[in-house]
Amino acid sequence: MSTVNDPDISPQRDADGSDGSDWGERVYRSLPDLGIRHVATVPDAGLGRFLELCEADPAIRLITLTTEEEGIALACGTWLGGELAAVAIQSSGVGNIVNMLALPNVCRIPCLLLVSMRGEAEERNPWQVPVGRTVPDLLTALGVEVFRPESASGVAAAFAEAAARAQEAGRPAAVLVGQHIIGAKSFVGGDG
Amino acid sequence: MRDARLDRRALVAEILERRGDAAVVAGLGSAAWDCHAAGDSPLNFYFWGAMGGAAMLGLGVALARPTRRVLVVTGDAELLMGVGSLATIAAQAPSNLALLVLDNEAFGETGRQAGLTGKNTDIAAIARGAGIASAFTVGGEVEVGSAGLNVQEGSAETDIDAPAATLAATLFEEEGPVLCVAKVALGAEPDSYPPRDGVLLQARFRAALAGD
Repeated sequence: MSTVNDPDISPQRDADGSDGSDWGERVYRSLPDLGIRHVATVPDAGLGRFLELCEADPAIRLITLTTEEEGIALACGTWLGGELAAVAIQSSGVGNIVNMLALPNVCRIPCLLLVSMRGEAEERNPWQVPVGRTVPDLLTALGVEVFRPESASGVAAAFAEAAARAQEAGRPAAVLVGQHIIGAKSFVGGDG
Repeated sequence: MRDARLDRRALVAEILERRGDAAVVAGLGSAAWDCHAAGDSPLNFYFWGAMGGAAMLGLGVALARPTRRVLVVTGDAELLMGVGSLATIAAQAPSNLALLVLDNEAFGETGRQAGLTGKNTDIAAIARGAGIASAFTVGGEVEVGSAGLNVQEGSAETDIDAPAATLAATLFEEEGPVLCVAKVALGAEPDSYPPRDGVLLQARFRAALAGD
């Protein structure tokens, strides 16, 4: 799948030898430096560690949404109030935000998405595939700059880069955390 | 029951006259035209699209600027398109956020097709069920609201000044979140279009809030 921006931002292994599998914690720890106090989400297992840390932190307001397009409008509102927010969603939720993206696109409002991917290789739930496999192209077509870190250790750097690019250009940007980083969901005991 | 539907232009003008330094987020369509007709301001952010987003944008502003009163003015169908926002707002419980839903029971901008609030749907009841305790309806076939507003049959339909003042006090001063559904007539108000340049609208709105 093609994207306009597909950098391998950081190396496979950090200087401290970590393989970066704690990417959710690293993204969480980057929030203060990015000036982010508001995190809006429709939860996903792939975002579990990140969301858990946000919820436990009294300095972060975790805003649980009923549907992902709420997060786009909310993030535009916080930015109008002077603050960048993060919107953390599953790839299927990208299908829900399509028309709401008119708001940041027409108004040139920075908007930062952290997307946990489903529907890629080894997906065992076919219902996740139609939107999941389309997400990079869909976001690109809708004017969202897409970042796809190749490894877990690159996620936090991609998130910081997306935040910077979103604010510099006044546009939405998304970091897609692939299933090769998160791991595929197993359906043990199910028929899937 | 006598019809006590309110004149939306007059109602919005009467309310916004009392806004002080409140930020106003106007949902797309007639609600935006009403707010513009009441007097343009950098503290007004108007939607021209992104239907269903007004309440959440208002929540975002309210959370980022907790000392600033924020009023969302929108229509019944716009609110219903993002109806889950009511649960999201209730959970965040922003004390500085109020919503005014101008309910004409129709899709006024697209040819006056019948809307759902003219059937069996009660937005104030949905809001209370979502967890917004202070949610009530004025005008039309009227119920008594939490603020003590009660536009009784035959009492106030031609003189909205008193209820508008009470309503404004509720929307701008009562601890939020507050939601008022105003049953309004399906009128034929003159056009009053705000700028449609989104960059202009956001930049001036953001700048106007920057000193908080």
